[in-house]
Amino acid sequence: MYNFNYKKASSRDDAVAAQSSADDGSYLAGGMTLIPTLKQRLAQPSDLIDLADVGDLAGISDDGGAITIGAMTTHATVAESEVVTSKIPALAALAGHIGDPQVRNRGTIGGSIANNDPAADYPAGCVGLNATIITNKRELPAEDFFTDLFETALEEGELVTAVSFPIPDKAAYAKFPNPASRYAIVGVMVAQTGGETRAAVTGASQSGVFRAADIEAALGSGLDAAAAKEVKVSADNLNADIHASAEYRAHLISIMASRAAAAAG
Amino acid sequence: MPTVSMTVNGKSVSAEVEPRTLLVQYLREHLGLTGTHVGCDTSQCGACVVHVDGESAKSCTMLAMQAEGSDVSTIEGLADGDTLHPMQEAFRENHGLQCGFCTPGMVMSAVDLVRTNADPSEQEVREWLEGNLCRCTGYHNIVKSILAGAKAMQG
Amino acid sequence: MTDTGIGASVRRVEDKRFLTGRGNYTDDIDQHGQAYAWMLRSPHAHARLNNVDTAAAASAPGVIAIFTGADMAADEVGGLPCGWQIHNKDGSPMNEPAHPPLAVDKVRHVGDQVAVVIAETKAQARDAAELIAVDYDVLPAAIDMNAALAGASAVHDDVPDNMCFDWEIGDKDATETAFSGAAHVISIDVVNNRLIPNAMEPRAAIAHHDSSTGHYTLHTTTQNPHVIRLLMGAFVLQIPEHKLRIVSHDVGGGFGSKISHYAEEAILTWASAKVTQPIKWVAERSESFMTDAHGRDHETHAELAMDADGNFTGLRVATKANIGAYLSTFGSSVPTYLYATLMAGVYTTPAIYCEVKTVFTNTVPVDAYRGAGRPECTYLLERLVNKAARETGIDPVEIRRKNMIQADQFPYQTPVALQYDVGDYPTAFNTALQAADYEGFAQRRAESESNGKQRGIGISTYIEACGIAPSAVAGALGARAGLYESAQVRVHPTGSVTVYTGTHSHGQGHETTFAQLVSESFGIPADQVEVSHGDTGEVQFGMGTYGSRSLAVGGPAILKACNKVIDKAKKIAAHILEASEADIEFTDGVFRVSGTDREMAFGEVSLAAYVPHNYPIEEIEPGLDENAFYDPLNFSFPAGCHICEVEVDPDTGVIDIANFTAVDDVGRVVNPMIVEGQVHGGVAQGIGQALLEGCVYDDAGQLLTGSYMDYTMPRADDLPNLNVGTQSVMGASNPLEVKGVGEVGAIGSPPAVINAILDALAPLGVDDISMPATPSKVWQAIQNA
Repeated sequence: MYNFNYKKASSRDDAVAAQSSADDGSYLAGGMTLIPTLKQRLAQPSDLIDLADVGDLAGISDDGGAITIGAMTTHATVAESEVVTSKIPALAALAGHIGDPQVRNRGTIGGSIANNDPAADYPAGCVGLNATIITNKRELPAEDFFTDLFETALEEGELVTAVSFPIPDKAAYAKFPNPASRYAIVGVMVAQTGGETRAAVTGASQSGVFRAADIEAALGSGLDAAAAKEVKVSADNLNADIHASAEYRAHLISIMASRAAAAAG
Repeated sequence: MPTVSMTVNGKSVSAEVEPRTLLVQYLREHLGLTGTHVGCDTSQCGACVVHVDGESAKSCTMLAMQAEGSDVSTIEGLADGDTLHPMQEAFRENHGLQCGFCTPGMVMSAVDLVRTNADPSEQEVREWLEGNLCRCTGYHNIVKSILAGAKAMQG
Repeated sequence: MTDTGIGASVRRVEDKRFLTGRGNYTDDIDQHGQAYAWMLRSPHAHARLNNVDTAAAASAPGVIAIFTGADMAADEVGGLPCGWQIHNKDGSPMNEPAHPPLAVDKVRHVGDQVAVVIAETKAQARDAAELIAVDYDVLPAAIDMNAALAGASAVHDDVPDNMCFDWEIGDKDATETAFSGAAHVISIDVVNNRLIPNAMEPRAAIAHHDSSTGHYTLHTTTQNPHVIRLLMGAFVLQIPEHKLRIVSHDVGGGFGSKISHYAEEAILTWASAKVTQPIKWVAERSESFMTDAHGRDHETHAELAMDADGNFTGLRVATKANIGAYLSTFGSSVPTYLYATLMAGVYTTPAIYCEVKTVFTNTVPVDAYRGAGRPECTYLLERLVNKAARETGIDPVEIRRKNMIQADQFPYQTPVALQYDVGDYPTAFNTALQAADYEGFAQRRAESESNGKQRGIGISTYIEACGIAPSAVAGALGARAGLYESAQVRVHPTGSVTVYTGTHSHGQGHETTFAQLVSESFGIPADQVEVSHGDTGEVQFGMGTYGSRSLAVGGPAILKACNKVIDKAKKIAAHILEASEADIEFTDGVFRVSGTDREMAFGEVSLAAYVPHNYPIEEIEPGLDENAFYDPLNFSFPAGCHICEVEVDPDTGVIDIANFTAVDDVGRVVNPMIVEGQVHGGVAQGIGQALLEGCVYDDAGQLLTGSYMDYTMPRADDLPNLNVGTQSVMGASNPLEVKGVGEVGAIGSPPAVINAILDALAPLGVDDISMPATPSKVWQAIQNA
């Protein structure tokens, strides 16, 4: 790691102020991606602003029609939350399979979505469940938040504070992990919320999470798993690497969507 | 340099550190607690697992500063004097270790599993160990040890 | 009487310190005033090294010194030597291009050492290394073996065709004759995938030079400290043995990757005399990936000749083996004498010919990895035998039975140099078939099919030559060192014992197993025995641990020393008991005058040896401390059968190992618990090779599998519970009757897994798949069929 200044912020305002006064300040949430990146000297922020003590950034609330999860809420907390497991079990299951137990104990939803790793699970969860991303400045739909590989709509210094998930009628997430990293080679969140069917795919595309229109059409209002399995997804613009060809990823989108649909019932 | 303070294995400790100091470096290099190991640089092997405020964490993926005010426990703090913790004893009895390098992280991770799941199945143990690599045992005897250790911890 | 002798599952002596965080690994050691080294490594696979400008780095905070290859060359530091000389078909010796510890004129693989920065802290050393300006002329890289042989780019300017050696073994004419009369000829092309060993402890070293005495001490993560002392002292740095101490206490796994004498060891030791303070270096895992010797990496074409009845009549094999950018310590022995001499397997094939072309490429050196040559051979044979079964319509079990060497044929002389001492392959084979419920497979397959899954079963038999080695044989084959082992058994005055062994334990549990040998021999509890290893300052000599040699070669050395102790103790007891030495019997730890009740306990005799008041001083010396060296007359030959059963999800290509059965003949079992654990670990690495692990370079020589993000290490949920057992015939090559167990798991398992997958996919028309058989590859094979 290169050296940096470290500050533990005491409030949202304190965090934002510290970031804006730094040359190149970076927020530190759980650090599960940022710290490995720093260790490999792939980033050189001047300042790290630790959000761990900003108390009102963590927690889960049930607003009736939606569940709002504070940005600093860990994956383990989401996975074990009674509210989430009862109202959106698909989201609890997704969180419960991110990384490994130690990552889940420290990694946070805000950190994950702000990083927008193209193989991370939460982006598919957010887009599939039509979540709203809440920042210190605004609220925006998940589809508009995730813009490209490791790119989001966040402006310099803008801080994710919470994510609000409408409670779906049915939903399930199916992931096909990379055998080495265990990130998603393909992960699909299938959800039906207020009559709308969504299938959001992570891991597969060269530009990050996306909604698979042909899969959504096949799933229809009945979440037809068999129909989803028959969809021949195009391999154009899908990732290819030593672990999976674009064609294999395209195939897995149909399979995982089908399995998610079957699990969602 | 900033000062960091925490409790490690029940003892209050404090030191000046560079902000870039990892928790594992602080434990090994400042406190001489070399039981916590470093086996990779991508946060995957789990040789560095310790408990921070009661939950397992990878001490190679945490700054020492992030543990400010925390209660940290390491493999050195697990046994009760000369009496091994039931999970340590289960590893010994079931040949759950060979070279011993991954062992501290395995044991600390296993103890945290039992905290969250008192009676895990074999499959649950195998899935829990996603963040702990072992190259010697093929995991067969590690899984056996953890199942036995979990039972022993229930008394 | 003791219950901690041979055959008892004694719980390990080592465990308490490892379980409580008190292990003493190299990185756990700090020395007063120690500095830290960071290696600047080449980012290029192949480049000419023009200028290394260290001026800016030298003035960075904390920097003590920076050295380059030119500095070492100016001191006439030698190259890293290869321990085994192979000869070409025409009798000429192999090409041995120079291997300077720090690169001099060229860099030859990504990760090659360019400079060492020594600073007050590791972070400062690394910070400063970024300030070194290196002027490289990047050259085309030779990565693929075939391209390298075709002259893609010369890795070494003095070896323009990149051929390290072109070697052969066996009777070519007899083999050709067998083929000309064959009823069937089965041919196969297989790749044995390149692996990265990944012992969990990264390599590390601490060097210290005492200018007042001229002593050097190197703590290093090695499997063979005396070999490092010999190679580095005699060939690289010209430091005599009495001035060089190598210490290797607890080592976190080796698997062959910590046999080699590595550049960092020589660099640190040499530099420690320049900076007059201890220097510590610890590899990051990413450095381990690009500098630890890799394993395997063969491409082979082979043909099997059979008569009309399905008997094997001839085998011819042509292999290309990747040796990497430099010849590593044992790199040349692995694809030759540890590989092709096993080509008979457990079969009676009468005529065999094998040729091996070994190729320099711009990749990390390739050396021993668990099994070293023998897994490559077994994989080839057992894939070929299965293919023969399929093409001739003979059942895979029957074709093996029909061709298997029978128990009454020993000693069995193979056509490829080795003479198998003893064995009973059919019995182990039948035991494995029963343990795996081979008969019940058809029903299990039907159940899987009803769930939309493909199920398959695969068999592999194997033979292994280990217990390396008889020195005379190894020497005749090109080894540049002896391969005996040494031991010292020091009985202390009150009867406790310290054993010094020249082998090294890095997970194998020698501190327990070797104590059991002494417990058995002296009739004392194992906890009265302590085993010391890994320090050339304490242990008289040794050749270290690899090739499953520790118990088979190191064990008899201990036994010999114990027997010397007993012989001497009998003389002492005879004197004190006023009897003739011939009348003294020693059983269960007691010396007794035969037929009387006059006796002395082991501890009483040892005390008398050190308090020689009433003592046969004219006949023997005081003290009870004996040395022994043991050099075996032959290798030992473990063998066995592994059976794997898989279920394949055709929608995704995911393979689930439903059952894995291993029956291994490892000779006498000293500690069954430890033996089982060794098999588990070996099988896990074999399954890893078959399903998960594979090193990938791109065409420019960049390592694409350079971290655990891309190199798939077997995890707990990738593996099943393993059904392992032993079915042993006592070994005939050493007095302990042991054979060796460290490598059998990694040797027998990969072809069992692949044969099972091909069995599962045969109904879909798939007839070949390469390792690792990842879901992606399996799915693609199904699509292509």
